[in-house]
Amino acid sequence: MFGLDKKDTSLLIVVALLTLLAPFILNPFPTDSGLAQFNAGYPDLMQRFIIFGIFAVGFNILFGLTGYLSFGHAAFLGVGSYSAVWMFKLLSYNILPAIALAVVVAGLFSLLIGYVSLRRSGIYFSILTLAFAQMSFALAYSVLSNPKFNLTNGETGLQVYNDDPQILQGANAPDLPHLFGLSMRSTYTMEVGPWAFDFNAGYYVCAVIMMIAFYLAIRIFRSPFGMMLRAVKSNQQRMNYTGLNTRPYTLAAFVISGMYAGLAGGLMAAMDPLAGAERMQWTASGEVVLMTILGGTGTLIGPVLGAGFIKYFENIFSKINDSVLHGWFAFLPDGLEDAVVTIIHPFVGKGWHLTLGILFMLVVIFLPGGLVEGGQRLAKWIRNRGKTEDKTSGKTEPAE
Amino acid sequence: MTKSDVTRRGVLKTGAVAGAGVALPTIFTASSAAAYTNEPTGGSVTLGFNVPQTGPYAEEGNDELLAQQLAVEHLNGEGDGGCLNTFTSKALKGNGILGKKVEFVTGDTQTKSDAARASAKSMIEKDGAIMINGGSSSGVAVAVQGLCQEAGVIFMAGLTHANDTTGKDKKANGFRHFFNAYMSGAALAPVLAAEMGKERRAYHLTADYNWGWTQEESIVASTEAMGWETVNTVKTPLASTDFSSYIAPVLNSGADVLVLNHYGGNMVNSLTNAIQFGLLDKVVNNKDFKIVVPLYSELMAAGAGENIKGVLGSMNWNWQLQDEGTKAFVKSFGEKYGKPPSNSAQTCYAQVLLYADACERAGTFNPCGVVEALEGFEFDGLGNGPTLYRADDHQCFKDVLVVRGALNPTNAYDTLEIVEKTPVEQVTYAPDHPMFAGGDLGKCNPGA
Repeated sequence: MFGLDKKDTSLLIVVALLTLLAPFILNPFPTDSGLAQFNAGYPDLMQRFIIFGIFAVGFNILFGLTGYLSFGHAAFLGVGSYSAVWMFKLLSYNILPAIALAVVVAGLFSLLIGYVSLRRSGIYFSILTLAFAQMSFALAYSVLSNPKFNLTNGETGLQVYNDDPQILQGANAPDLPHLFGLSMRSTYTMEVGPWAFDFNAGYYVCAVIMMIAFYLAIRIFRSPFGMMLRAVKSNQQRMNYTGLNTRPYTLAAFVISGMYAGLAGGLMAAMDPLAGAERMQWTASGEVVLMTILGGTGTLIGPVLGAGFIKYFENIFSKINDSVLHGWFAFLPDGLEDAVVTIIHPFVGKGWHLTLGILFMLVVIFLPGGLVEGGQRLAKWIRNRGKTEDKTSGKTEPAE
Repeated sequence: MTKSDVTRRGVLKTGAVAGAGVALPTIFTASSAAAYTNEPTGGSVTLGFNVPQTGPYAEEGNDELLAQQLAVEHLNGEGDGGCLNTFTSKALKGNGILGKKVEFVTGDTQTKSDAARASAKSMIEKDGAIMINGGSSSGVAVAVQGLCQEAGVIFMAGLTHANDTTGKDKKANGFRHFFNAYMSGAALAPVLAAEMGKERRAYHLTADYNWGWTQEESIVASTEAMGWETVNTVKTPLASTDFSSYIAPVLNSGADVLVLNHYGGNMVNSLTNAIQFGLLDKVVNNKDFKIVVPLYSELMAAGAGENIKGVLGSMNWNWQLQDEGTKAFVKSFGEKYGKPPSNSAQTCYAQVLLYADACERAGTFNPCGVVEALEGFEFDGLGNGPTLYRADDHQCFKDVLVVRGALNPTNAYDTLEIVEKTPVEQVTYAPDHPMFAGGDLGKCNPGA
């Protein structure tokens, strides 16, 4: 289907089903139960899963295929967001021109940065991209937000004001980002017994865009171009010796992944019309690296899983405070309850970074291939269960 | 047991699929029976407390959180009632709000606009919060205020001092109990003139972001109005930790006053650097060199330690005030947590009570009703003296404190002493004052 082989088609279908049914999958607990704390099926978080999934899929096209580790990808995300909000301010709240401009501007910006940074490889490339991203952050945070020339509105973040021109904004159009009148905030809540499932328009717009982005990523992975990028990763020097100039390929990969980041940034602004400078900070760039490694570098679905994993922790674990803990362990005797809460306390609420850090270490040490490897091992174990283990592996690895 | 589980799941699955099928055509139409966002239907109402729990202002945030928890206790009739006893409006009975028990959820703003909005959105969308309270940065306050306006819930701003929050970024669903940079300038200027004379040459170091600029603008304007000269204004990056390279030029500039438009860790570091350079021992233009920190907080004072002795600044509130509201609040906060509250804690505490009181008086949780009840509301007894919530810009008007780093502190919390209580008339400005111009309050938005 769509020029994909059977395996990729089924992967695409699985991803499509997961995204379409996410409101059910992410809300497994009844609304009134104590476990509802762990429900992640509310519009904002679901949108974030998707948007950061797009971001990580794009990052993986560069990092997973060519091995070039960019530490400045957040800059493209930020640039995308700023362009989108400017479109809201100048044209109208329709998200299509905003997202289009976000992708284009991020593409141009990544062309510029990629042209310079790709002259070096390895750690020097990482440092160059990091430097550019921090420069962009500083520009957005203070330089470009002075009262005389206010492009980014500094730490406050760029917002839409009532007195902005919005020349194409119709009289009856919603005062919020919309797609031809369909507001991104409109949500239909389906109540099934004690369960409540939110179907949000913005989420489904994101989901459709992610399906397209994911499909494109599969095509890139399987194309001769993708093969060339893998060759760059395995031995760039050898390619150069054969007389092949690899730079156009790496630059193309860099720009493509920059455009993915811009798309993610544009979508973020489309779901919530504000662009903050923190989006460009190095921590944001580091986050996408973590997502990709956590999920599985170089795999198709890995980055999406990694993005979901990190966003889940950031939004769900950080909200478990002491009173919630006391609620959970209220059945224990007083002294024991306090002791248990004291033990768990550093790992939840503001300590969510700690839990995430521990899990990240465990994954990197025991599952170097990320969550995807975990899934593969699990599947293999299930398949081989009951069968007698064939100790002599017939496969032999070729020596490098 | 297992068997029935399977059946239930089967039933649910079928039901869900069928439901989805039926619902599909209407998915994209907002279908909500509620009259406004998150209308509380059960026996409880949920408030969202969005404060920085990590990052540079985490200490302030945690203090705010403690105060908000205390406010919830008082609203639910637990504890000693705190300021409910001194508040001039007697609408609150200690039985929750409109008879509904008050519950709360917390979130971490990380002092980042994006994270703060994500956290607030999750409180609104997931937990059904009907108002968002707290925060410790103007950037965050403006960002979250915009979100609450769009989502149709009430926002009470917490610690935010930039003029923009109730100036060009003001929103109908947002209110600010804290004072602002203009008020700091207006309150400080006469005290500075009295203490340091009218012929001074000031040198400004300013944190290079929105709040820093508005504060610098305000202080420059009010000090120049009384005769001071501004030698230079230098912007410092927010991430700086060492200000030596910015302090050195001050010595050669011919300035005799250094104004530090810094907050939090920035202020602690820049002040420490200035003291290390011996600025306070210098005599320039035949006058003793002075340092001014326009916005003070207890936690900054504690961080700067010895260095703040004698340094002037302004505050929204201080626990050493002697009115009934302050005494009641300090007593219940102290008894519960064993320390006096900071001025951001008092702000957040007062805001929760004010919101609850406005709901009671309006007889509804509908944001539009609450906005109406709060606009132009005058009250006393929450610690700030007679206070007005102005309808034009949702800024609160009350006395402003001018404080000085205590010369002889008697204990760990006695870091600041009150120099003057600047009366409200002196810090009041017209709603269309140039420093606040350009905004549009818009209409209250009840959401749904």
